Parts: sequence; structure tokens; C-alpha cells
Amino acid sequence: MSKIGVFICHCGENISATVDCEKVAAEAGKMEGVEFATDYKYMCSDPGQTLIKNAIKEKGLTGVVVGACSPRMHEPTFRKACAEAGLNPYLCEMSNLREHCSWVHEKNEQTTEKAIDLVKMLVEKVKKNKPLNAIKVPITKKALVIGGGIAGIQAALDIANAGQQVIMVEKEPSIGGHMSQLSETFPTLDCSQCILTPRMVEVAQHPNITLYTYAELEHLDGFIGNFKATIRLKAKSVDYKLCTGCGLCTTKCPSKKIPSEFNEGLGMRTAIYTPFPQAVPNKPVIDRANCTYYQKGKCKVCEKVCPTGAIQYDLPDQFITEDIGAVVIATGFNVLKTDFFPEYGYGKYADVLTGLQFERLASASGPTLGEIRRPSDGQIPKKIVFIACSGSRDPAKGIPYCSKICCMYTAKHAMLYQHKVHDGESYVFYMDIRAGGKNYEEFVRRAIEDDGVNYIRGRVARIYEKGGKYIVKGADTLLGSKPVEIEADMVVLATAGVSNPGAEELAQKMHVSYDAYKFFAEAHPKLKPVETNTAGIFLCGACQAPKDIPETVGMASGAAAKVIGLFSNSELTREPLIAVVNRSAPPVFSTCVGCCMCQTACPYNAIEREEIKGRDGSVIKTVAKVNPGLCQGCGTCVAFCRSKAIDMQGFSNEQMFAEVMALLNE
Amino acid sequence: MKKLGFYPGCSLKGSSSEYAQSVLAVAKAFDLELTEINDWNCCGATAAHNMNKELALSLSARILALAEKQGMTEVVVPCAACYNRLTVTQHELNKDEALKQRVSDIIEMPISGNLQILNVMQLIDKYVADRLEEKVTTPFGHKVACYYGCLLVRPHNILQFDRLEDPQSMDILMKRSGAEPIAWGFKTECCGAGFSVSRTDVVAKLSGNIVKDAADRGAEAIIVACPMCQSNLDMRRPQINEYLKQKIDIPVLYITQAIGLAVGLSPKEVGLQKHFVPVEFSEQH
Amino acid sequence: MIANQKSILELQQHTGVNVNRCYQCGKCSAGCQLADEMDFPPSMVMHMLQTRDEELFQQLLNSKTIWLCVSCQNCIERCPMSIDIPQIMDYLREKSAGEHKINHQSRDIVAFHRAFLDSIKYTGRLYEIGLIAGYKTRTFHLTQDVKLAPKMYAKGKLPLVPEMIKGTRNIKGIFSRTKH
Ligand SMILES: Cc1cc2nc3c(=O)[nH]c(=O)nc-3n(C[C@H](O)[C@H](O)[C@H](O)COP(=O)(O)OP(=O)(O)OC[C@H]3O[C@@H](n4cnc5c(N)ncnc54)[C@H](O)[C@@H]3O)c2cc1C
Ligand code: SF4
Ligand code: SF4
Ligand code: SF4
Ligand code: SF4
Repeated sequence: MSKIGVFICHCGENISATVDCEKVAAEAGKMEGVEFATDYKYMCSDPGQTLIKNAIKEKGLTGVVVGACSPRMHEPTFRKACAEAGLNPYLCEMSNLREHCSWVHEKNEQTTEKAIDLVKMLVEKVKKNKPLNAIKVPITKKALVIGGGIAGIQAALDIANAGQQVIMVEKEPSIGGHMSQLSETFPTLDCSQCILTPRMVEVAQHPNITLYTYAELEHLDGFIGNFKATIRLKAKSVDYKLCTGCGLCTTKCPSKKIPSEFNEGLGMRTAIYTPFPQAVPNKPVIDRANCTYYQKGKCKVCEKVCPTGAIQYDLPDQFITEDIGAVVIATGFNVLKTDFFPEYGYGKYADVLTGLQFERLASASGPTLGEIRRPSDGQIPKKIVFIACSGSRDPAKGIPYCSKICCMYTAKHAMLYQHKVHDGESYVFYMDIRAGGKNYEEFVRRAIEDDGVNYIRGRVARIYEKGGKYIVKGADTLLGSKPVEIEADMVVLATAGVSNPGAEELAQKMHVSYDAYKFFAEAHPKLKPVETNTAGIFLCGACQAPKDIPETVGMASGAAAKVIGLFSNSELTREPLIAVVNRSAPPVFSTCVGCCMCQTACPYNAIEREEIKGRDGSVIKTVAKVNPGLCQGCGTCVAFCRSKAIDMQGFSNEQMFAEVMALLNE
Repeated sequence: MKKLGFYPGCSLKGSSSEYAQSVLAVAKAFDLELTEINDWNCCGATAAHNMNKELALSLSARILALAEKQGMTEVVVPCAACYNRLTVTQHELNKDEALKQRVSDIIEMPISGNLQILNVMQLIDKYVADRLEEKVTTPFGHKVACYYGCLLVRPHNILQFDRLEDPQSMDILMKRSGAEPIAWGFKTECCGAGFSVSRTDVVAKLSGNIVKDAADRGAEAIIVACPMCQSNLDMRRPQINEYLKQKIDIPVLYITQAIGLAVGLSPKEVGLQKHFVPVEFSEQH
Repeated sequence: MIANQKSILELQQHTGVNVNRCYQCGKCSAGCQLADEMDFPPSMVMHMLQTRDEELFQQLLNSKTIWLCVSCQNCIERCPMSIDIPQIMDYLREKSAGEHKINHQSRDIVAFHRAFLDSIKYTGRLYEIGLIAGYKTRTFHLTQDVKLAPKMYAKGKLPLVPEMIKGTRNIKGIFSRTKH
């Protein structure tokens, strides 16, 4: 026989202003199975909780209903109080008399009637509640960081410095990402490489970090605290244990005309190559698609010159699996090339560059050693035009969103140009200058006021080449949209920041969501910016949307803090409000018929198949099984199950029917 | 012999008769029979388009309806302006059933809207291309600036012909006829279109910029596929030269004239004598 | 400013263009080859419409711009927001002519269009001599291009007799049924 206690809270006046709380308590006291009912001004306060605890002990209650505010607010509070008094916390339910009743109705009879009904439903439900125990899941304290740009580097170092193990996977032969390509960085103009390379080295040398370059995630299984990652180690064709990084092979390789990715095609590299002199690790890989030996079967020059015998031509890709507890996605972004704009020449003009290419020209480590020179003829451009929003804010041909970083780097580019070419003239065509950020507006003003960069408000309609000059046809909208024509020696397009080509595939491998532009999606745009919708998988940096370095680093430390927080426990406690497939005595074992419709329905891939085996090991029956680590308690499977074999703990069909019947059996 | 419908349009019957002449001569050289749509009318051109949209649609629709009635499925329309008007009209009618019905009532003829409308590049591409090289007897060995203008390529989503800003179809055909097409900056800029009479000054300026860019880059001829472009660049050359304060005498040929010469037709057969700017190098052929 | 939602609503209904989508980047004006000649370059036209100011709307109906636009479609093909400016120009022209608000400096352009349409109306096709004669009587530019015509004739580019189509009644019908 149930002995239910009902506790009605006034919530100051939040509830009692429109609901007659005393009457609700009195009516509840008359309900079948209710042993004790009372009301109190602040049930969540210490005296309120004591009231509940005492009643449990004194009256021997078997269930508790608290009629108060939203369970989102105080369910944990009241459940804890019950547990302290010796009652299983899942035998405590809350009826929301505030948001669902007092706040949304006038003060009158019916409002109180409704409150009584709400309480009655929960009284009927709680009679069917079963004691449940929180689920404990062990945690593997090792994080996988995917992507070795500044985001991945920061996250990995933070986690490693907190004493946890990190595996970093980077698809290129070196870590560093886009930041390693930058010349100087806004808004302080410090040298990108100078602040980045020490951190790259730190990653390589950190005892807690295992670095896999030229590697990609192949497969990810499991759930928070218990992932299993399969990593593909692409064949480098060089044995890193033997290679000393002397670089002899790269000087002798006869295949020298391969556009360098690091220099954005403005320089050439060999088939066996390290992307740049400060690369980490500073050892080469063979790019098989461009290697003479792999393509034509003859060459092996590198093998001949290598003093340590490190070259290995025949090794295939290798696969390793790692147990990990959390994942940080830090795969970054990309920029559009110049070729997608018909009106800017379809990419056919040698001196119409992307911002990233300009960074390479301006960088001391670049193909011109930091001098701004035209790729076409090596001349120093005397007149240069920068075009902001190239492909950004352009639903017709590009992407509708603002890429956020280009206003700032364009100001930086114009500034660097003026610093390097004193008699040069620079023009920036812009629509708006978006310089929100500490010292950002001041930075742009400096470009305009001190360095004399000409800002023209208008977009450029077209560019064409004539006699070695680029005719840029724009308009000055602040002069009544007067057409402006500039004969430029070089044009730099601030091309849109877009997601990485492989981002969608990676997201699907990990079952995390992504947005319409294939950027990884955060779990909540405001309150969960570094979480994904899959527990245990976090994200940071430009893989979520284009962003600058300060923001990337802040976000990376945020993601690291989440991982460190997760790893601070050895076990994970989860609410037991999950689906379970019923079990019964042989020969039935379960009403589950093994159709596994639920498996296809589950959005979290939490359902597996389980074979029930006889003593001799033969399979008697295959049934569905819910992985308690993965199940999020959404209930989709319950709706799909045709044999009613799957049910939600804490929200069972029986409990739901009891609530509904309580209303119908007036 | 392949039979196709043919819409010459008014210009080809008058001021651009050499275009019609060369289209027909080239068609004949490649065993294509072009049958004129019987009793066709003017498409209305810019005038109707500017003054009365419904009239513009109806005039073009009458042509489409006549072609359909006469059992044609493919119609060759050499004039870029007519090609544009007819294609856009068919598109708009197909997009909006109610409009199609209304226009059909106005022209007192049914219209189904499934004609294949071909400009000359499409005609050559579709029916001549694979035989072009073998027929070339006197390669058109000159540097040419292929000028497309507005009406062949825009609106892109409706015409679906070639690519914007830097189209290639004419360049490719000219190259295969032995010419050397140049890269230049005014392939699809406007020549001043229908302002030839009412705003000759505008035409002189716009066409002047085009002619100048071609000349500066060493083009020996400008190749066009539109009577309006041709007459602006050719017949208005005195005004152009006056605007440029420079005498530029590179001729302006229809693509069918150039190809005609390449496949061995005589200058007379393709109507070169009708040009205002003399086509001088034709003597060498 | 006299705000008038109605003119803009009507325009939006007829053209299907939401004028608020234009974000005033100026790319259309930058590429428009007639912008130099126009009293209001295309992006300015868009902004004038955005204000919903009736006075500015009337200025547009009375502008040179709408008659100078050659519908070359460069603006829409380059506009990041795909604003159909040529369509807006079409609408404004038709409205300007309908309400007799044609800019007086643009009369020649309109006269040419009208002479052109007259020619089609009576013969079904364009009769170039008729067109020029019609244009000259409408504009009194009697001596314009006098030297050109004989040359054209000599080159066989100017037939003296108009080609009459058989369906002239049908054409006249089309003209009268589309007259508003
Ligand atoms: C032209 C230009 C100039 C800029 N200038 C400045 C500036 O002056 N100041 C400033 O603050 N910001 C600047 N930025 C922005 C800055 O580049 C970014 O904020 C920063 O690079 C973002 O870092 P990230 O690590 O998130 O991404 P990225 O730098 O893109 O790094 C991502 C890394 O992940 C790797 N990766 C990608 N996919 C995978 C995969 N599937 N598996 C494994 N690894 C993968 C990539 O190879 C790369 O190493 C500029 C950007 C540009 C385009
Ligand atoms: S020559 Fe050998 S040791 Fe030197 S960098 Fe190349 S692979 Fe390494
Ligand atoms: S950051 Fe500036 S340049 Fe880049 S898309 Fe946004 S507004 Fe345009
Ligand atoms: S190009 Fe488009 S968005 Fe830009 S001003 Fe012109 S109409 Fe507006
Ligand atoms: S369509 Fe009209 S407004 Fe647009 S670019 Fe051409 S002439 Fe200018």
C-alpha cells in the first residue's frame, strides 16, 4: 500500500498569488494513498527540506510529490533531500504549479482546480515509480584532439598540462594550421611564427602528448568516457625513427615543380618535402601522387642520398586504435580561391590573390622573403587594391554570412603594404568595416589615419587585365555611387572563410551535427559554445565558424577545461532515465522480437544487438540492447517498438497511463 | 540533309542582310536546310520590351506559336536580340501557366512552349562542329577579338548559354576555323544597343571602349553574332573614331562570315562588301 | 518626406523584387556602363525606393535613368543579392510612360521606341525607312544621319518597300489587346 507525501510550495507569492495552496494541500490529503499533505512558503529552503525529510522518516513515506516550480530548477534539490532521508531519489516527483499554472492563469477557482489536478496526476504516477540507481560509467582519461592548428595546439597543451594524456591527429605533415602561414597578426602586428612555433615544439616534446601527423581519424565508436578511435597513419615513406631531418633528400629530389600548399601555390616544393623550415615534426614525407618513383617506377634518388637509410617506399598506410575518453574537434577552416568569381577573372590573373597568398608574400618565410612582389613578373606593385567581402555576404555566388576576420586582416594587409612599399598607394573597397574587438577599431583607424590607406565604400563590379595592369571598376557609394576606376598592379581578394572540404565526412563519422555551411555545430549558441550535441565531443576554433586567433585560443581553453573537468572524476554518473529492453524468464527471455526498428530510429546510435546464448554457446535469440552510456532518454525507440519491449525508466508507459487516467477518472 | 526552322528577324532582312546571307551560305555548306517561319513578325526588340511588357511577350509569343504550328521543333535564331527575346519569352510563359493562357488569348493561337531555340554558336556546335576542321580550306589566320555582348549570355539562368563575363563558345569555334582568339576585357560589356539612332553619343562611347580594347591588344578583326552589335561597331565607326580621337579600322565580322571564309566561301558569298569598315585582309584569302 | 507605402508595394507586387534586400553595396553602379549618364545610378535608385518617399519615387518616374538603362543585365548578374534592377527599370518605364511623366531630355529615346512600334504595328515587321521617317517627324531631328541612308541603300542594307506580313490584322489585334 502506497504512502505518499504531498508538499505544496507557495514560492513566496509566485504560486500563492493565484493558487489557493492550502486548499490544494487539503484536497491532496484526501487522495487515495496519500499519507501526508502540507503547504509551506519556501519548500526549497532549509526548513522546507527538513519538513520533507521529517515526514519521510516519521510517516514512513513510499513516495513524494512536491508541487512547486519547474523540475529543471529544483528536482535535484528535492531528490537529494529524499535520498538524505533514506528514500530512493527517483521516488520523488515534482509537479510544476508555477510555470504551468500560477504564472499563466488569473486568480480564481479554476486555477486552484488545475493545480489540484496537476498534483493528482503526479500522485498517481509516483505510485508506479520504481527505485532507480544512477548509472556509473568509467572514464578513459585520454583525450583525442583532431587538428593541429592553433586551436588544437592550445587545447592539447592545456589538457596535457593538467596532467592528462592527449593524442593529437593532424592530417598534414606538420602541425601549425593557418596561423603558421600568417605574416604578422592583428591587432598587435606580432610575428605569427614567433609566437606559434614555440608552442608547436612544446606539443611535440610534451610527455603527455602523442602526436600523429599525416594522420586522420578513420572511425569513432563508443560514448562519452569510452570512445574507441581508429586512426589512419598515412604512409610517410620515411622511417621517422631513422630520419634525422637533415633535409638532404629534399634538396636532391628531381621532382621540384609541385605548387607548395604552405605557400598557397606561390612557391614550389619537391615530392619529398617538409612543408616549411619550422615544421613540427621537421621530417619529410613523400607525396606519392607527385613522386617520380611512384608514378613512373624509376628514381629513388632520395634513397640513394639519405645518409641514414630512412626511406621506405613500400610501407602501406597503417591503422591504430586508441581508447579515449573525450574528443576535441579543432579542424579549422579554409578560404575560397580566387577562381569562383566570374567578374574577378575566374582565377586566371596571376596578380589577383587571396588574402592568404598575400600573407605568404608579406611573410619573412615566404617565397619573396617578405617583399611584396607580383607573382607574374616579380615587380613591386605601386598600386594595390584590396577587396573586402569577396564571396562573403554574397548569397548569389558565395556565402551569405560575414566571414568576420577579413575586415581586420585586410586593414592589416594594407598597413603591411604601406610599411613595406613607402611610395605605394593602397585602396580598400569595403561595404562595412567590422572591427569589434579590443583594440580592433583603433587598428583600422591607424591604417587609415597614419598609413594613408584609401578606404572606398563600394563593391567592385569587375576586374580585367590590360597591359600588365588590372583595371578595377568599383563605385564610391559615399559620392552618389560614382563609378571609380583604378589601374592596379595587384589585387587582393579577402575571400570568404568556409568550412574544410572534409568537415562533413568527419562530422558524420563522429555523429556530431553541422550547420548548413558544414561548420561543426555547437550544442547551444550561447550557453554551450564548446560542446557538440554528442556528450564527450567538444569543439573549438574556426571549425565552428571563421574566427580570429584570440577567439580561437579562448575557445580552445574552454574546450580543454571541459575535458579536464570530465577527467577529474574516475567515473561518470548519469541519470538512469534511459530506455531498457525488457527481460523475462526463459524460454521467452524478452518480448523483443529482434526486429531492431529501434536501432534505426535511435538518433544517438545507442542501441545494439545482443545474442542470448544457451549453455552450449548456441544463439537462442537476438534482441535489442540499450547502451546506457549512449542513451539520452529521448524515447524515440519506445514509440517505434511494435512489441512494446522497450520502455523508458522513470517515464514508463505504465506511469504515463496512470497520469492520464488520473485526469480521466474524475 | 538536316532540316531546321529559321527565324531571321527584321535586321537580317534589312540592315544586316549579309548576316542572313552568310548564315544561309554556311548552312548550305554543311548540308543544313533552314526553313523560314512563314509569316513571322518582328519580336518587338527593345522598344516593345521598354514600353509595354505584355506587348513584348505577345509579339514574341506569336513567332513561337507560328513555328509550333508549322511543325518545327528547332528554330535557328541568328540575331542575338531576337534569340534573347524569344528564349526569355518562352521561359516566362512556361513559368506561369496563367500568363501563357492570357498571351495565347491575345495572339489568338495556342502555344505549348517546347521549341528548341538555337543561336548560331549552338547551331554550329550541334550540327557542324565535328565536321568543321575537315571543311576548313583557308584557315582564318588572324588575331580576333570575339565579342559576345549582352544578349547572348544574359540572363544566364534563363539562356543557360556559355559562362558569364568570359564566355568561350565563339572563341573555340574561331580557333577551330584557324583564327587566334585573344583574351580581352570587353567580351560581354554593352555596345549601346538600341541607342544607335536616339543616343548616338552613348553608342560612340560604349562601342568605342570595346573597339579600342580590341585594337590595343592587336586584334585584326572583331567577331560578333548580333546585328545590333555589328552595326554599332561597324556603321558607327566614324562616331566611334571621333569619340576616341583615333582612327581604328579593324573590321567587324559575323562569326558566320569568318567561318564561311574559312570553309572556302568567297567574300562576296558571305557579303563582306556590305560592311562600312572595309574587310581588307579578305583579299589574302 | 511623404512616405508612400503604396507605390512601393505595387512595384514589389509587379516585379517580385523586395527592395529591402538591397544592402547598398554599389556593385551595380560600379558595373553599369550607363551610370555616368544617369541622373541616379542603379544603387541610388534602389535606395530611393527603400526610403518609400513618394517625392523620390516621382523623381524616378521623371528621371533620365530609366530610359538610359539598356537592360544589359550586368547589374543583376553581379549583384550579390540578385536584385532584378532591369525588371524594376522596366516597371518604372512603363509607369512613367503611362502617367505621362517621361523625362523631357529622354524624349528622343522614347520617340525612337514609339516609331519602332508604329512600324511593327502597321506592317508586322520593322521597316527601317519608315522607322527613321517616323523618328524624325517625332523629334524634328530632320538632318540626322542623312548621309548614312544612301550608303546603306547602296550596300543593299535598306529595302525601299516595306515587307508586309499576311497576319497584319492579327498584329493589330495584339497591339489593341495589350494597350492599357
Ligand atoms: C588571410 C588571413 C589572415 C589572418 N590574419 C589573422 C591575424 O592577423 N590575426 C588573427 O587573430 N587571426 C588571423 N587570421 C585567422 C586565423 O588564421 C585563424 O583564427 C586560425 O588559423 C584558426 O585556427 P584553427 O586551429 O581553428 O584552424 P586552422 O588554422 O585552420 O587549423 C586547423 C588544422 O586542422 C587540420 N585539419 C583539418 N582537417 C583535419 C582532419 N580531418 N583531420 C586532422 N587534421 C585536420 C589542418 O590541417 C590544420 O592544421 C587570419 C586568417 C586569414 C585567412
Ligand atoms: S635524407 Fe634521410 S635523414 Fe635526411 S631528411 Fe631525408 S629521409 Fe630524413
Ligand atoms: S569581416 Fe568584413 S570583409 Fe569580411 S565578410 Fe565581414 S564585413 Fe566583409
Ligand atoms: S549590387 Fe545589388 S545589393 Fe548592391 S547596391 Fe546594387 S542592387 Fe543593391
Ligand atoms: S541593366 Fe540597366 S541598370 Fe543594369 S547595368 Fe545594364 S544599363 Fe545599368
